[in-house]
Amino acid sequence: MSSRDTVLKAIRKSQREATPLPTMDQNWLTFDDPVEQFTTVLESVGGKCLQVSSRSEINDRLAEFPQFESANVRASTIEGLGLPTVSLDVIDDPHNVENVDFAVLAGEFVVAENGAVWVTDETLKHRVLHFITQHLALVVPSKNIVNNMHEAYNRLSFDGRRFGTFISGPSKTADIEQSLVIGAHGPRSHVVFLVDDDS
Amino acid sequence: MKHATAAAKFVANDERSHWHDKALWFIRSKRDRMAHSVPEWELLRDTAAAVKAHTMTHLAELLEQFEENATKLGATVHWAKDAAEHNEIVHKLLREHDVKKLVKSKSMLTEECHLNPFLEKHGIEVTDTDLGEWLVQLRKEPPSHIVMPAIHIKKEEVGELFHRVLGTKEGASDPPYLAEAARTALRQKFMEADAGLTGVNFAIAETGGIVVCTNEGNADLGVSLPKLHIASMGIEKMIPKAEHLGVFLRLLARSATGQPITTYSSHFHGPRPDGELHIILVDNGRSNLLASEDFHRSLNCIRCGACMNTCPVYRRTGGHSYGTTVPGPIGSILAPSRDAEKHSTLPYACSLCGSCSDVCPVKIDLHSQLLTWRREIASLGYVSLDKSVPMKLASAVFRRPWLYRLAGRVARNVVPRMPRFMLYNPLNVWGRKRELPEFPRESFQQAYARRKQTSGKGE
Repeated sequence: MSSRDTVLKAIRKSQREATPLPTMDQNWLTFDDPVEQFTTVLESVGGKCLQVSSRSEINDRLAEFPQFESANVRASTIEGLGLPTVSLDVIDDPHNVENVDFAVLAGEFVVAENGAVWVTDETLKHRVLHFITQHLALVVPSKNIVNNMHEAYNRLSFDGRRFGTFISGPSKTADIEQSLVIGAHGPRSHVVFLVDDDS
Repeated sequence: MKHATAAAKFVANDERSHWHDKALWFIRSKRDRMAHSVPEWELLRDTAAAVKAHTMTHLAELLEQFEENATKLGATVHWAKDAAEHNEIVHKLLREHDVKKLVKSKSMLTEECHLNPFLEKHGIEVTDTDLGEWLVQLRKEPPSHIVMPAIHIKKEEVGELFHRVLGTKEGASDPPYLAEAARTALRQKFMEADAGLTGVNFAIAETGGIVVCTNEGNADLGVSLPKLHIASMGIEKMIPKAEHLGVFLRLLARSATGQPITTYSSHFHGPRPDGELHIILVDNGRSNLLASEDFHRSLNCIRCGACMNTCPVYRRTGGHSYGTTVPGPIGSILAPSRDAEKHSTLPYACSLCGSCSDVCPVKIDLHSQLLTWRREIASLGYVSLDKSVPMKLASAVFRRPWLYRLAGRVARNVVPRMPRFMLYNPLNVWGRKRELPEFPRESFQQAYARRKQTSGKGE
């Protein structure tokens, strides 16, 4: 018998009375001002949220960040934003984006309760960029905000090959005596632009 | 080794034992603040427990559904009945892909399977990339906690280790400086790796996807550079639908470290366009546990570590005193299920205070199961003589009222007159860390009779 059949048979041996699935349809936590909640939580986990009225403001706001100004290699997947110095499309091997200092990437929506942004590799050839860049800026339409994780999963459908991740703040570790260190392996800074008019 | 014997070594250093206790209590307090900030916390726990209960009564179907859907997405699903088979599958995959260097993100399952030494024996360089996990790997010791593997190590010790291994400044103990040195060294490992291996926090039957949660981003880096991603998971990681993640991701990080969510909660549905994803479903004793009427609920564990952070015994004695991959309250239930004789003392490393059950995000009745284990271990005959003989004596006395009264009288009159060296003799294990109470002059019965007499006179 194959291991598969052995395991499944062993599981089926235990005949416990089946219990029903609970409903996910509950009065989950919502916020009067989700953007404010998102901003507060994101700051508490080491990130930053900036609300802008249109995309055209973003380059100016980026220029205020010293890590953007001093970045030698910049990458962007959003046209007109982030003053890219490399073209991601011509890079075939993900190892070759290792030198990116600042990346400006698109996020799909944000979650107020925990400061997370849902990102995918839909418009990004090398998903590793989210994790390998020294600094990360995510751009999300400000109307794309949900209160909690239940609303988040109501928005998502997983029908097909896809990578997606919730990112909440910069990479961090507390493995040395519980001292929080920002910039463990991934981005050392993390800013989210919420764009009011995303046309 | 008995838990008490191993723990004695740890608590011998009083300062360190207290430092450890405080570090964990700090995390427990953060967990409390987070839990209290969510008004529906108890509803979340109830819902999570119900989802897990359902999952465990439909596990075979859900695993089949998962396999079908994951395969449709282009992943390859493997089944391993035990640790040895899991390790063989990993090794075979690495050999087929000519992998010399493997980066791993934290996986308690691969610790359980002792994968690292197995692969190293076959000439493969394995690097654990979670900082805490890397620290214990470099020190050639097991993790002492499932979420914070290096919680027992002081920053000065990290400084010494890095000075030796990485050539950092001698005497440096500044966490940001040390973490930066680790970042530089590990980035090199990520760049050179031929394959990445991760654990799995949740596997979704409905979609065939897996979810991996980290704060450092090490899992994502490890599997987004090389083309081969191997994901090892225990069969109990299954959940029916993606919507259930809403519940579990809200509970997991809040319970574990007091964060609103981990920095990265990554959902892998199939391999990268040019890559391969292999998912290994591992039983290794889990189906046995599922069949156990008393202990099957311990399979519901989502490995947040909250029961360790709150446990008064774990906090003071450290994770290594348990001698198991998973320490603390949940480990003391899981380990005897594998080998009751070897781990027979673990259910006694517990004050039955019940704090673990109170904080468990999936409402496992941990302390009740620990008590049940004690009964089981006694009936299997694994209780040590220093516990079983006094219990037998006590039982004999309690069953005979005349003997009970006699023993009480003797104790009240003789014990207070006995010299200390006789009372606290080497056979008195109980008295090593405890003092006897002051003995009353009369028994309860005598006091009751006297009281009745005096109050009777008043009427």
